[in-house]
Amino acid sequence: MRIAVDREACTSAGMCALTDPARFDQDEDDGRVVLLEAEARDGDPDATAAAELCPSGAVTLHW
Amino acid sequence: MSHTEDVPFGMPYRRETRYDPPAGLLQLQEQPLRRIRYYPDGVEGWLATGHALSRRILADPRFVTGERFVHSPTELPHVFVSISEQVPPGFFLFFDPPEHTRLRRKVTGVFTVKRMKELEPRVAAIVDERIAALKAAGPGADLVREFALPVPALVICEMLGVPYADRDAFQRNSADMLDLARSVEDRNKSMAELFGYLMQLVPAKRADPGDDLLSVLAADPELHDVETAGVGLILLVAGHETTANMLALGTFALLEHPGQLARLHDDPALWPAAVEELLRYLTVAHNGVMRIVKEDAEIDGRHFRAGEHVTVALQAANRDPGKYERPGDLDVERDAQGHMAFGHGLHQCVGQQLARVEMRIGFAKLFEAVPDLRLAVPPEEIPMRSDMAVYGVHTLPVEW
Ligand code: HEM
Repeated sequence: MRIAVDREACTSAGMCALTDPARFDQDEDDGRVVLLEAEARDGDPDATAAAELCPSGAVTLHW
Repeated sequence: MSHTEDVPFGMPYRRETRYDPPAGLLQLQEQPLRRIRYYPDGVEGWLATGHALSRRILADPRFVTGERFVHSPTELPHVFVSISEQVPPGFFLFFDPPEHTRLRRKVTGVFTVKRMKELEPRVAAIVDERIAALKAAGPGADLVREFALPVPALVICEMLGVPYADRDAFQRNSADMLDLARSVEDRNKSMAELFGYLMQLVPAKRADPGDDLLSVLAADPELHDVETAGVGLILLVAGHETTANMLALGTFALLEHPGQLARLHDDPALWPAAVEELLRYLTVAHNGVMRIVKEDAEIDGRHFRAGEHVTVALQAANRDPGKYERPGDLDVERDAQGHMAFGHGLHQCVGQQLARVEMRIGFAKLFEAVPDLRLAVPPEEIPMRSDMAVYGVHTLPVEW
């Protein structure tokens, strides 16, 4: 599956970077999501949790 | 339309036990989204107690905070009602996009997961100092005064660049502004005093900048001084009261659940999960968060009308049996992820990654350094913060 991030929707809570630090980082200036790796195995638990825990719907998964 | 009598008055908030939300509130979960009548005048509005619906409401931009809250779900006016009466400039919890976004992004860069990782040694040093002070105050001491309150206060003061020496005044004022037993007028007087304090600090920071957030904000040409003061105000108040109460109430809860504590003792790698579980189980933001319906909306077949008040009971959502098995049990080994102790949506807590670091380091070091920590009085004698916007204990007499 592919991960997509929407930096306009991002509210910089840091849940993605906390949950899946291999794929997500945060901008140094305002903490917004930075996608390091857009590919993940289908059902990857970390990527799935990162999307689920995002408070503003900025992280989405696509098949 | 004539069902007014069936609509219950208010959200139950008086607890029967130390750690559980009121039984009457949890009973309402049979209908996870329902109408209630608000104080003081009985106007109808909404109460969400279910996890999934609470998440949907808080993630939905039609439910806002930038309007005036006038009705309260509880007899004692909710803090959303008192603060929204005179929202300080920059106090971005009560702003909607695009203003909310502009202000929030001014500070989120210093609260990232990475920045908090870098801050860990400093938090650890502060925790060590406070444990030493606690022991020095012994053989018995008040854990709130010696440890739970100073740790987050020292950390947020250092981050913001607020002199810790001024803590007496700002701690009194922030406690007073969150004290539900006080009148709205008195609470707002305390908030205004705290705002005034920050207003004089901002130009001083510009004149003599330090390596701190207020100095950065004071020098930012896109921020007026009143906004910087308001941003400082929300960070200062939210940054120490909540974490302090989690540290003290969390310690109390663990002391009363020795089996859980023993597991953490055997396997300290459980602390991060334990912190999430304590956040869920204790939900110190125990009066719910409020929103106002900005435009007519439909969710789950229910029709929300513009102007209606909505209360999202985080303390109930975190005990939703549809989300968590045996939600009333404190279980440090469960996966508590997805809890709503920090809210959800655009306003989800700015300081959550800091609070996590403070709690992980604070709890782990405290129980390691004082392994025979115990209550100095029977648990029933501990004064609970029932009438405060942030739940916890007023004092926690301990010995070792
Ligand atoms: C365990 C400790 C904490 C808890 C339980 C907590 C809880 C919350 C909750 C529930 C909200 C959402 C309010 C709403 O949606 O209406 C919130 C927002 C906020 N919190 Fe925290 N908080 C904690 C620690 C902190 C810390 C340490 C800071 C700052 C350093 C902080 C700063 C804020 C700010 C600025 C907001 C408003 C965010 C916005 O409106 O965008 N909090 N917090």
